[in-house]
Amino acid sequence: MAPAGAGGEAAPAAIALDGVGRRFGRTLALEQVTLRVAAGECLALLGPNGAGKTTLVECCEGYQRPDAGRIRVLGLDPIADAGRLRWRVGIMLQQGGLYPQIRVAELVHLFARFYRTPAAPDRLLDAIGLAPRRGARVKQLSGGERQRLSLALALVGRPALLFLDEPTSGMDPAARRTTFELVQALHRRGTTILLSTHDLGEAERLADRIAILHHGRLLAVDEPQALSHLGAADRLQVETAAAVDLRRLPRLPGAGAASADGPTRFSLETTDPAATLAALTAWLRDEKVACRSVRAGSATLEEVFLQLTGEATAPAERRAPARTFA
Amino acid sequence: MRAAGAGPELAALLEAGGPSGPAAWGRRTLAQAAIELRLTLRQGENLLVTVVIPIVLLVFFAGSRIATGGRGRAIDFLLPGILTLAVMSTGMVSLGIATGYQRAYGVLKRLGGSPLGPPGLLVGKGLSVLAIEVVQVMGLGLVAALGYGWRAHGAWPLALVVLAVGATTFAALGLLLASGLRAEVTLGAANGLYLLFLVLGGVVLPVSHLPGFIQPLARVLPATALSQGLRAALGPAGRVAPEDWALLAVWLAGSVGLAVRRFRWE
Repeated sequence: MAPAGAGGEAAPAAIALDGVGRRFGRTLALEQVTLRVAAGECLALLGPNGAGKTTLVECCEGYQRPDAGRIRVLGLDPIADAGRLRWRVGIMLQQGGLYPQIRVAELVHLFARFYRTPAAPDRLLDAIGLAPRRGARVKQLSGGERQRLSLALALVGRPALLFLDEPTSGMDPAARRTTFELVQALHRRGTTILLSTHDLGEAERLADRIAILHHGRLLAVDEPQALSHLGAADRLQVETAAAVDLRRLPRLPGAGAASADGPTRFSLETTDPAATLAALTAWLRDEKVACRSVRAGSATLEEVFLQLTGEATAPAERRAPARTFA
Repeated sequence: MRAAGAGPELAALLEAGGPSGPAAWGRRTLAQAAIELRLTLRQGENLLVTVVIPIVLLVFFAGSRIATGGRGRAIDFLLPGILTLAVMSTGMVSLGIATGYQRAYGVLKRLGGSPLGPPGLLVGKGLSVLAIEVVQVMGLGLVAALGYGWRAHGAWPLALVVLAVGATTFAALGLLLASGLRAEVTLGAANGLYLLFLVLGGVVLPVSHLPGFIQPLARVLPATALSQGLRAALGPAGRVAPEDWALLAVWLAGSVGLAVRRFRWE
């Protein structure tokens, strides 16, 4: 079943994985992964190193054959239909893939000749910021420049679908920013993008939805905002003028556990911040304690990520809602 | 707040153009062959091993009486040997080493995943090798003919067939090395085999002049099969003995069969 959100059911999925498993010897690299990426969607695969991100991406690219399950990319089998698929997808490997001796422009022109109507190589180099380096050999490029060249090769065929495996690794902040802009522009253009990253900020910024992968299992798939509501409830952080005895705190509407952060500070989990705050203010007034400040905040994606991946190592404690599990 | 930057320009660039699709197979493959050829010639060591060394050896040994032990004309013995060395250097050494490094650098993987695809990549490499070998054969033939009055006595079309079989065998051996070994080891192994075949493969020294204990090994080497086959085809008889054909065929089938089964893209 397609997961909820981002039109996963409306249009035929650009990428569909059903119960995909992949094993290396005794290690399970992917286990029962079911996932949909809608046409035009940008989905980030998020997980620590060794989570199975590259294995998943390479199964979709046709580089690896899954041991279990089924994959369809643009409705085609990545291995059996490779010939009909290769010109429609753009691939950016995690690293490598470039002749060290070749010049930048030569390589882009070479790839352009593989397509009937490629993007103009020289303008592509311009757009991607490599024009000043067009005569340089690949071996003379910095890590970030190589990544950008790799992106240019992925784009020269004007693909409908883009696989980006850790596209910004090795880039300096300026190159990263440019790459973000390029990916965002491609996304706005309607290119479907499957992006893997271990960088939360990157996933949050670029993706419509984030799929959290850990030890080869998909832990959660949802929009970044929804995910950040998922793990931890919203929280009120309260600072008072005088000490408060939390044991006297009554059960407030929407409120969960309260914890003391100091003599005059405590935080309160809540599923309904407005109602909890109103009741809390009333109670503090009755207790004759002045309230210095209240800050409301939701869990960061990072907290959710750590919580989910932490839970994954102790499955008994898993408590994320079922709808987010693919 | 977000800089307009390169994004919109890129998006517009990708919009332009007609319906997309792969280029014709021949066009993709020729593009690949051209770039393989250009990259091969760009590296000095390839020119050294494929062009300079064979010509130097031909000239050096043609002017001495080492090779034939004084019997017959040196050039008639030498040219088939040096042609063997030439296709060995292009197929096994140059192709093998380059492919090994390309595998390590992920180039094979990336190109295999492009519309070129694995078959286009292999055919492109093959065409690049073929182009170099055509130049080698013509160059060595010219040096032999103009410098030493060499003439084909036998059947040169037959010699071309033998040469094609041998060249394919050595190219397959190169790809096999590149698939089974790390790039650095492939480099060493290809050069080691080159030296071994140069000395033992009937290239510049007749196998019958080698120490007796090593002759049984030397007679079954692929270089020996090719150099003797070429000598027989170009010789007065103009025919290749069945046992020489058998040896050539075994090496061809073995090397191509193994290379196809063992070839690795990553």
